[in-house]
Amino acid sequence: MALLQELDTGTPIRTGEATVTVTIDGRKVSVPPGTSVMAAAALIDNPIPKLCATDSVEAFGSCRLCLVEIEGRKGTPASCTTPAEEGMVVRTRTPRLQKLRRGVMELYASDYPLDTLTSSANGDSEFQSQAAIVGLREVRYGRDGANHLNAPVDASNPYFTFDPAACIVCSRCVRACEEVQGTFALTILGRGFESKVGTGGADFLSSECVSCGACVQACPTSALNEKSVIEMGAPERTVVTTCAYCGVGCAFKAELKGDEVVRMIPYKAGKANEGHSCVKGRFAYGYATHKDRMLKPMIRERIEDPWREVSWDEAIAYAANEFKRIQGKYGQDSVGAISSSRCTNEEVFLVQKMVRVGFHNNNIDTCARVCHSPTGFGLSKTFGTSAGTQDFKSVDKTDVVVVIGANPTDAHPVFASRLKKRLRAGSRLIIIDPRRIDLVESPHVKADYHLPLKPGTNVAVLSAIAHVIVTEGLVNEAFVRERCDPANFESWARFIADPRHSPEATAEASGLDPRELRAAARLYATGGNAAIYYGLGVTEHSQGSTAVMAIANLAMATGNIGREGVGVNPLRGQNNVQGSCDMGSFPHEFSGYRHVSTDAVREVFERMWGVPLSREPGLRIPNMIDEAVEGSFKWLYVQGEDIAQSDPDTKHITAGLRAMECVVVQDLFLNETARYAHVFLPGASFLEKDGTFTNAERRISRVRRAIPPLAGLADWEATMALANAIGAPMHYTHPSEIMDEIAATTPTFKGVSYARLDELGSIQWPCNDAAPTGTPVMHVDRFVRGKGQFMLTEFVATEERVGPRFPLLLTTGRILSQYNVGAQTRRTANELWHDEDVLEIHPFDADERGVRDGDLVALASRTGEISLHARVTERVQPGVVYTTFHHAETGANVVTTDYSDWATNCPEYKVTAVQVRRTNHFSDWQTRDREEGVSLRRIGKALADAAE
Amino acid sequence: MSARVFIPKDSSAVSVGADIVASAIATEARRRSLDIELVRTGSRGLFWLEPLVEVETAAGRVGYGPIAPGDIAQLFEADFLSGRPHPKALGRVDDIPYLARQQRLIFARCGVTDPLSLDDYRRHGGLKGLERALALGPKATVEEVLASGLRGRGGAGFPTGIKWRTTAGIEADQKYVVCNADEGDSGTFADRILMEGDPFLLIEGMAIAALAVGATIGYVYIRSEYPHAFAAFEQAIERARAGGLLGPSVLGSGKAFDLEARLGAGAYICGEETSLLESLEGKRGQIRAKPPLPAIKGLFGKPTVINNVLSFASTPWILEHGAKAYAAYGVGRSLGSQPFQLAGNIRHGGLIELAFGATLRELVEGFGGGTRTGRPIRAVQVGGPLGAYFPSSLLDTPLDYESMAAAGGMLGHGGIVVFDEGVDMARQARFAFEFCAKESCGKCTPCRIGSVRGAETVNKIIAGVDRPKNLELLRDLCEVMTDGSLCALGGLAPMPVLSALNHFSEDFAKAPARAAAE
Repeated sequence: MALLQELDTGTPIRTGEATVTVTIDGRKVSVPPGTSVMAAAALIDNPIPKLCATDSVEAFGSCRLCLVEIEGRKGTPASCTTPAEEGMVVRTRTPRLQKLRRGVMELYASDYPLDTLTSSANGDSEFQSQAAIVGLREVRYGRDGANHLNAPVDASNPYFTFDPAACIVCSRCVRACEEVQGTFALTILGRGFESKVGTGGADFLSSECVSCGACVQACPTSALNEKSVIEMGAPERTVVTTCAYCGVGCAFKAELKGDEVVRMIPYKAGKANEGHSCVKGRFAYGYATHKDRMLKPMIRERIEDPWREVSWDEAIAYAANEFKRIQGKYGQDSVGAISSSRCTNEEVFLVQKMVRVGFHNNNIDTCARVCHSPTGFGLSKTFGTSAGTQDFKSVDKTDVVVVIGANPTDAHPVFASRLKKRLRAGSRLIIIDPRRIDLVESPHVKADYHLPLKPGTNVAVLSAIAHVIVTEGLVNEAFVRERCDPANFESWARFIADPRHSPEATAEASGLDPRELRAAARLYATGGNAAIYYGLGVTEHSQGSTAVMAIANLAMATGNIGREGVGVNPLRGQNNVQGSCDMGSFPHEFSGYRHVSTDAVREVFERMWGVPLSREPGLRIPNMIDEAVEGSFKWLYVQGEDIAQSDPDTKHITAGLRAMECVVVQDLFLNETARYAHVFLPGASFLEKDGTFTNAERRISRVRRAIPPLAGLADWEATMALANAIGAPMHYTHPSEIMDEIAATTPTFKGVSYARLDELGSIQWPCNDAAPTGTPVMHVDRFVRGKGQFMLTEFVATEERVGPRFPLLLTTGRILSQYNVGAQTRRTANELWHDEDVLEIHPFDADERGVRDGDLVALASRTGEISLHARVTERVQPGVVYTTFHHAETGANVVTTDYSDWATNCPEYKVTAVQVRRTNHFSDWQTRDREEGVSLRRIGKALADAAE
Repeated sequence: MSARVFIPKDSSAVSVGADIVASAIATEARRRSLDIELVRTGSRGLFWLEPLVEVETAAGRVGYGPIAPGDIAQLFEADFLSGRPHPKALGRVDDIPYLARQQRLIFARCGVTDPLSLDDYRRHGGLKGLERALALGPKATVEEVLASGLRGRGGAGFPTGIKWRTTAGIEADQKYVVCNADEGDSGTFADRILMEGDPFLLIEGMAIAALAVGATIGYVYIRSEYPHAFAAFEQAIERARAGGLLGPSVLGSGKAFDLEARLGAGAYICGEETSLLESLEGKRGQIRAKPPLPAIKGLFGKPTVINNVLSFASTPWILEHGAKAYAAYGVGRSLGSQPFQLAGNIRHGGLIELAFGATLRELVEGFGGGTRTGRPIRAVQVGGPLGAYFPSSLLDTPLDYESMAAAGGMLGHGGIVVFDEGVDMARQARFAFEFCAKESCGKCTPCRIGSVRGAETVNKIIAGVDRPKNLELLRDLCEVMTDGSLCALGGLAPMPVLSALNHFSEDFAKAPARAAAE
């Protein structure tokens, strides 16, 4: 239960035509076959009392409150487990039923704490509401019988408690863990009166629980309750908004008391998550009010100086003056900006507008550069648009799922739950990943094929799959003939049929068993609806763009595109990677992926903005850094990205930053990049501003201001102030006006407005006259580019190769509890699960080096060296090591190299040749970094105090 | 020709020394250089005569019992091998009235044959039902079972043919037949005796069902308390496979059916069919809500015929002799025969297979010979621990589904437990709740909490606490449990309670002090 009540039909709504008509308490209602009597009654606003039923899980039939009478049937069947049948006449409110329900409730109450007034669920408990509804007036059994009232509370989880005294053993938590989340961490232990919810471990924390919150969400009592609610009391108001973590883009209800968030509740009406959540979005929002939040603008002349807290006006004026001085001295192209995939569409749009209008160049890039830029390039070449083809719901119709270079259970957990649900229902699964990720084998999920390729060989493997499809006659000829360019297909087919692409010929490079690969290829081509899901394991390579095109080739060759259940689905890393790319924050593209050299497009913006615009593509992030090191790039505005931690070859990045004369950082925290900054502008969290995020399904969702900006200005307001100060006038009073400008200049956004978003909840672009409510599945009748274009995908091995000095391959990734550079999650209790980055190493490689689990080891590449603790595990294959980059002090990117995708410069994070050895000290870089972390972060205390 | 001696290997006989008797007879014969063939059989079900030793004679099989090891030398002295008189001689076993008065359709071979000899099974008329079913084909087999009027012998009494017809009518890539051999009712043992004494009959019955509905795999779920039955049945399955009764081509028909025995884990609730299926799937034994019916969506989500041991075991006779012949037994809508099991405070406990319609009195007095203590019968519980207690005034109630229901009771699995006048029915009522509490799966509220509160409330009544209020509460609770429970465990637990309250109200009104003193 929550403040904003959403309809709970008790059992899941069935889709299909409403062909079954039943009469409930004299009223007729038509529902699709398979709909329960309970749901049918709820749909006509005639809810039947219930406790064990909730519509996120299948009917269970245990609480026995929902009993009804059905004409012509014996007894009092449970309405949750009884499907509505044509002509059924149901009564839900007879005296006999009232008495039964009261009797059941009396039994519950005989083993339930009666101190409702001091219960943390007071005002928020289905149990108490149901007791009121059935009219429980006394508990004749007394209070001296057997009970669970003194059972100890499990408070081991940092975010919620389990109080068995208030547990009614309805199994909603157990079923939610199974059916919604798919983790199977919970069970009922014991039987009869001794039945209790258990985890299989000693407590919640030590169990397999992933803290997704599904159990807490499902609990009808205060047995599972947020600690924040216990501490703060019930919330008073609700704001529906969108999560600021990964690219799934879950809708949440922020529940507040005054300006304090009491809890985040997943919103059932949110189409990306449909009421589900993960540990980050559900619980890890505490960073927004963490003591590390910087709330005052600051400036300094040299990075060695302590920071000086100043007013917004002074900070903006300083940054603008430096801008003018530097651009005057070093030239028009010596300045640039980096926008953030964590900020809203509107904020990203403003930053690129400021650059193009006020900087008079196109030196705007975004952090998507380092993650999904190859997706934009590859899908644009083949399909004609830079986005995933499906909505998440599409996976419900998929027969064969291919996951390549993605680890959804960690990085996109809410989508992973939906995926696992489909897998449990019988979909087949192919995983192409160097590591044994959880999906390879987890409770009730087992991959049909796991192809543990060597890092860096995606293109060889994808081409080999295509080779099998073409040479074994598995091409969907009809689709190719109708939807693709035939001549282009023929030349591609000839190319890919060459024996050099065969599984056998590429086996040595990929390390894969050709028979397994062939079997997997056949399954993909012939197993029904097949869908590919991929992540940064595909894009972050020197051949990232090639791999994306190879994926698109597979989908086209097998006709797995243009309908539900199929498609090519990039799993976007950050909340608004899709949006930041859509918004024209690339040096060569305006919003909607239109090249800056196209006169017609430039004219649209020149007319709208009233200034001439440059037709020359600007600098990408790596170019900015390179030119800074060379001395020609001097002023940078970085909004919400921490390039000093997240970008590869940290030493090169910091050298570039040090070489600039003015770096303006806008962020929630004094991040790694801010060490090298001269102006710090405090950022606003997603709770503090209005805007929109666009998730991996191209779904535009509203971010709504729940509390005022803690530092006084939302990010779009700060950007606007800076733009005005450097001579790019902007006068928006609300982000909705920015969206109106986006819609007016961007054809794929033509139909988008805040009013329309409020009306529809969310919109998947393209949204225009042809698709006024948006587009869930793309390329339905024709590709955006017209005919689908097959691209030649020659495998060229990366130059980053193992050798005697660096015999192991390092690949990097994320884990569930932490998020990217950890700026947010490290400032929450999620640290409990992952308080340091560790190095996964195979027992064979560990043995060879005398490394034991838990040892401190040095990880060295040709670019740098760091020390971290080893975890010896068979999740990685021999020859491959793995770590995460969540902790700045680890410095994982000190080791990664400057190799990057040939087309987009997306860094090759996923392949670095390294050596590992035991050590007893941290690396020189780490030691120096720790010192500088202090010295370059000093804030002038006395001055600040004096100013106050 | 050597003399053939028959000694049961049935658990009940073994529990009173049958193994020792058997080995003593063998030793004695060797000592006397007598050539005997010792055949270990199932039990005839005449428990007060166990260990019952039988000898084959020209006049038929002659019995001696109950035999103790100390009797053996005397038996040889008396030349029992030739069927000569002895103080423990019982004459021709078939003529013992307890047996002669029965109508043994299912248990005809039990105690007669070597349970693990498929040849013996054939010699005694086995496999004729299956052969006819193969000749008839699936559709006609189902019709035959339907026409016989056979109803589920597990207790619910649902027409077996309808279950079969439902499963037969569904298209599926896999179907199953499952035998419920989780015989957990107190005072029942018919399933066990059959599995130990004539296992091929069950296998034949399941094969008939499988071929009729299109199932290729069967499971027999045997309670963990039946280790001997499990071992015997596993051996029987192996021999049935070797003999072509199970496997890729049942009796050479080209139709496949194979069978596996599975051991339960000690939960009464797994005798409920949906819980049994959960357990078979390797999950916690917990009730599934119905619908869907197992016949449509059963084991591993596939259409499944699940029947009791006795239901399956009835079908070979039905197929062999025809539905009409079977329906000639019994009364009204209770057709065929029911193996009753007489236990508790009874002189002659045992298995009595009779056509439906005999009265309770015929069973407990006619067959059972009254109480073992010799004191008057006060109450008879029919249908297991959840069945009603009948007072002696209701002993003329006929034993068929409808008459029992009309009298506020049920036939259940045919268990009959007798109590003499020493019984305290308030404590028996409490026991019903305690049993339910102990065996509840814990899923539904009325059973999980209601059974515990029921026992507590009866305790208060016994202790004289606020009796009128607590008696009213007790009846309200019984209503909630009866109407509100998810399955028959919680739904039927009130039956013994209410029968105790209604027929023996005086036991709930005793002075507390006296009650406490007892």
